[in-house]
Parts: sequence; C-alpha cells; structure tokens
Amino acid sequence: MTGNRTRSKGWLAAVPLLAFIALIFGVPLLVLLGGTFTRDGSVSAANLTESLQGAYLTALLGSVKISTVVAVVGAVLGTFLAQAVVTSRFRALREAVLTASGVLANFGGVPLAFAWIATLGNSGVVTQALGLSDHGWNLYNFWGLTLVYLYFSIPLMVLTVVPALDGLKPQWREAAQNNGANTWQFWRWVGIPVLGPTLLGGFVLLFGGSFAAYATAKAMVGGSVPLVTLQIDAALSGNVLIGHENVALALSLDMIVIAGVVMAIYLPLQKRSARWLR
Amino acid sequence: MNGARVEFRGLRRRFGATVALDNLNLTVEPGELIALLGPSGCGKTTALRCLAGFEHPDEGQVLVDDKDVTRVPANRRDAGMVFQSYSLFPNLNVRDNISFGMRVRKVPAARRHERAQELLELIGLPHIGGRYPHQLSGGQQQRVALARAIALEPRVLLLDEPLSALDAKVRVTLREEIRRLQLSLGITTIFVTHDQEEALSMADRVAVLRDGHLEQVADPATLYDRPATPFVAEFVGTMNHLPGTVVGDRVEVLGQSLPIDGPAPSAERVEVLVRPETVLVTPESDGGALVMVSSFRGSTARLRVQLADGTEALADVPGHDALRLAPGTKVRVSLVERPVLVAPGTETGDVRTAVPEPDVV
Repeated sequence: MTGNRTRSKGWLAAVPLLAFIALIFGVPLLVLLGGTFTRDGSVSAANLTESLQGAYLTALLGSVKISTVVAVVGAVLGTFLAQAVVTSRFRALREAVLTASGVLANFGGVPLAFAWIATLGNSGVVTQALGLSDHGWNLYNFWGLTLVYLYFSIPLMVLTVVPALDGLKPQWREAAQNNGANTWQFWRWVGIPVLGPTLLGGFVLLFGGSFAAYATAKAMVGGSVPLVTLQIDAALSGNVLIGHENVALALSLDMIVIAGVVMAIYLPLQKRSARWLR
Repeated sequence: MNGARVEFRGLRRRFGATVALDNLNLTVEPGELIALLGPSGCGKTTALRCLAGFEHPDEGQVLVDDKDVTRVPANRRDAGMVFQSYSLFPNLNVRDNISFGMRVRKVPAARRHERAQELLELIGLPHIGGRYPHQLSGGQQQRVALARAIALEPRVLLLDEPLSALDAKVRVTLREEIRRLQLSLGITTIFVTHDQEEALSMADRVAVLRDGHLEQVADPATLYDRPATPFVAEFVGTMNHLPGTVVGDRVEVLGQSLPIDGPAPSAERVEVLVRPETVLVTPESDGGALVMVSSFRGSTARLRVQLADGTEALADVPGHDALRLAPGTKVRVSLVERPVLVAPGTETGDVRTAVPEPDVV
C-alpha cells in the first residue's frame, strides 16, 4: 500500500518532465506524422514514397554518406587523440586539449562556415598565401564539407571517449601483461571490447551531428553537395511542385527513422558498457 | 608445481624526490610464503612490482632461481599476480578470465575450459564459470583472480594486498584459503600487506619494511617476541613502554626485577618494552593502580590502567575477568616473569601502538 503510494508520488514528480517532452517532442512529431501522410487533404503515402525517390533519395544517401565518413574518421582520430591525452604525463596539455575540445565541439553554423571560407575558401588567407587553388584545392565539395564537419566532430569524440579511457583500469592492462599478453592482445581482448560501446556511442553522436547539420552546409556549399537537410530547406521554401509541400515532413520522418535505427543498435551496447565501467 | 627462489639484491628505486626502495636485500626460499609488511609508502608494493616487471629498479637486481630477470618484460615473467583492487576483465566471464593466459598461449578452447573448471573447483566456486565479474561479490572476485594467477602454474605468486577491499569475515576466510592453496601447490608466494594480523597469521616469514629498507625479516613468533628495532616493536603488535632501572643484567620495573633480553644497555634509566598480554592485573584496593578504560573483545578484554606514578599501561586479560576489572576498579599491576626488551629510556612511561586503540568502555 505504502509502496504504491510512494510510486504514485514518484510519477507525480515526473509529470512536469513528461509534459515538457510531450510538448516539445510529441506535438511536433504528431504534426510531422500527420503532414507526411496527407496529400491534397486525404490520407496518402505519396509524400513518403516521393521522399525516397530521385533527388530526395540522392540527398538522403548523400547525408548518410557524409555522416558515415565523418563519424568513422572522427571516431578514429578522436580516439587516438584522446588516448594520447589520457596517457600524457603533462597535466596542462590534457587540460588544454579538453578545454579546446569543449569549445570547438560547439563551434558550428554560419560562423564555422565563414571561418573556413575566410581561411581556406577560394579567396581564403591560407589558400592565397600557399597558392592552393593552383593545386586544385576546392573547399566547396563533399570532401571540403567533410573536413569542416570533422573540425567540430573530432573534439566531440575526444570529449566523449576520454572518460571511458580514464575508466580503463591500469590493473586490467597489468593483469593482461601478467598473463603473458602483449599490448595488441590486451587491446584486442580487453581494451577494445570494453571501450567498444563507448566508441560506438561516439560514432552515433558524430553521425547524428553531421546528419542534422544544416547552416554550415547551406552557407558553404549551397546545393552543390546533396544533403537531406538542404532538401528539406528547399521544400519548406516552396521549391516543390504545388501540393507536394509535405515532402519536407516526409524527409524529416526519414531522418528520424535513420536516427532511430542507429540509436536502437547503440543503446543496448551502451547499457552493457556502463555496467562494465561502473 | 614447485616454487622458485627469489632474491632482491640491492634494489633502489626513486620516484622524484621520494625514495621508494633503498638498498633492499631479501631472499625468499622456494615454496615459502613471505609477507612484506610496513606502513604506506614503505616500498613493499614497489618491491613486488619490480618482481612482477611493472617497475624497473634504478639499481640492483631481481633474481628468480639465480637468473637475473630485472629487465625481462612483465609479460614474459613466470609470476602470477593478484591485485589489490578487483582486476578481473569486465567483458569476460569467469571461465574466460581464468583461462585468459592460456588463450594468449593459444591453448585449445576445450583444454582451456577444462583447466578453468579445475581451478574453479579448487577455489570452491565450481558453478560460477558463466558469470561476469559484476555479478560476483568482492570475495568471489578475488578468489577468481587467484585462480587466474595460478592458472599458468607460475613458480612465483604475488599478492598485492588482495584482501584489503574485503570485509573482515571474508578476509579471514580467504586468507586461510590462500594459505591452504599455497601450501598444497608449493608455490613461492610474496604477500604485500599493511595488516600485521594478516602477515603474522599467514606467512612463514615476515619482512618489515620502513622507508624502502628492510628493518627485520623473521618468522612471526620471533618478530613478535624479539623485534630487532624499536620500529618493529611498535609496528608489530602493541607495546607498553614502562620506565625501568638497569641493575647489572636485570631491570627493575613496577617493583619487580626481570632479566634483560639481549645485552644490558649502559644507561641506567631505560624503557622496558612489554606486550599487553604479559601485564597481569588483579583487583586489590591498595594495589596502587586504577582501571581507566576497558575494551571487551570477546575472549579477551583490553584494559588501560593508570599506574601509581601516573603513567598508563595496556593489559590484555581474559574476557571473563572484564566485569571484575571494570573501569574504576583499584588494581595491582605486575609483569609475567620472563626476559624483557629494553631501550634507551625516557623519564616517563608511555604506551605506543601500531593502530589507535578504540576506547570502548
């Protein structure tokens, strides 16, 4: 009886949070679902079908491609950098890298695009100084955008993985050595499996960051690199056939589904890792 | 499996300005269990880690069966180790933890698992092979760590305070199991601890370290009864320091004349070192002493008694005497008739203990 009452009070305390979630996530989701499955006033899957065809599909695949490349490269480089920081004997270096990562991981949008354009754009300071244009340098393509996304993704990975690397107990490495294992064998059988879910979590975070990025791409490459966020922008701006405006909502739903699939893989693994590192 | 002979020869190790090992010389005989005992920072763990290969001495050598292993990498040494904190690999189940070393050596899976099961039975946990470390209690984890350490049948077993994170009851059980296993396997074992009770109860010999050097190495009884230095006397067990006067080869203390253990000092005024269990307390209204505090410990009770001259002494009496020797009782204090240790004295008596005495009245 008392237990039930306590549980009821617990739920009561969560009501503001639930109401907030319902308002911020629930209402837009309902609107999005409603719009996706409505065309010309009647229920239809036409928007969803259209969002998975032609230029929309190309943009969706383009976003998945750039997000995957950024996530893989960012996760690998970020992990190596984090490991270097964690094993460094210089405390000040660790603090400096972590502080810089905190700042850079939040550097995005138009200011980031402008910083890169001013530095390595066609008339950028470094481009001009080094004559990079003569060597075929071009910031405004897929790889240029990848580079810019990595600029905030690598620091984000550092911030994500440093606590996990700190959580690797020195005794595990020593116990492995004591059992005859060399460095590679330790990482293969202990280090990477323990860190794996965290690395995957970082990958998901980086993937999500690039997948949802809009302003930087819009300012830098416009429509020259096909991205789903730019297609949504175009659709919302009315750059579609009359009556097809809700394709933008369908594209958003596609993004949610992709993000949902990634999270569905990540969460159970993350739960297991949290138990190990407790 | 049989044990190897281990020798630390002139080991020195510094960490910045801190001297962790200062010319440590110690030999451990094959099959012996030796405890390295000392306060924090005395160098006992550093010595163990030099033997395991996790530390390298600045000077000196580590020899195993007369072979210099000082520069041999940790993963090529024939020594199993159990660590202070839980060191089982969290992503592997118990069976795979125990057989990790065999996996490194490419032993076939079937043989590995068979051996892991043998070891699980040896440590009395035959049914937990499929569990993960986070599903085990602290005591179980350390048992599994012990099984992992002996899985490859090393000739030296290193125990770095393996019981310190466990509760008192589990600690006592596990130390008996470790000793049983060590004796049955005949493996040379070096056990690092700061717990004197653990060291005295488990070890064939105890090496007391202080500031990186060896103060004394002896069997537990000798260490307790015949401490070589004042530090050992105070670190191992509890010692009363009572004022005494040397007369010839005897010393007068508490109105008694007792033989001196060892050569008589030249000074007349000395401190007489006596253990609480050699202090006799009997109720007597004109005995000249007063029970101040009584700490009941079950089979014994520890009394803090104020003597006639105002100094205090600790005495261990049978537990059933605790009631008739309650605080406030006037008593007579005497010493068991046996040779006593003396040290150049101070003017006042004192009680020094390795750990603070809890005053439970």
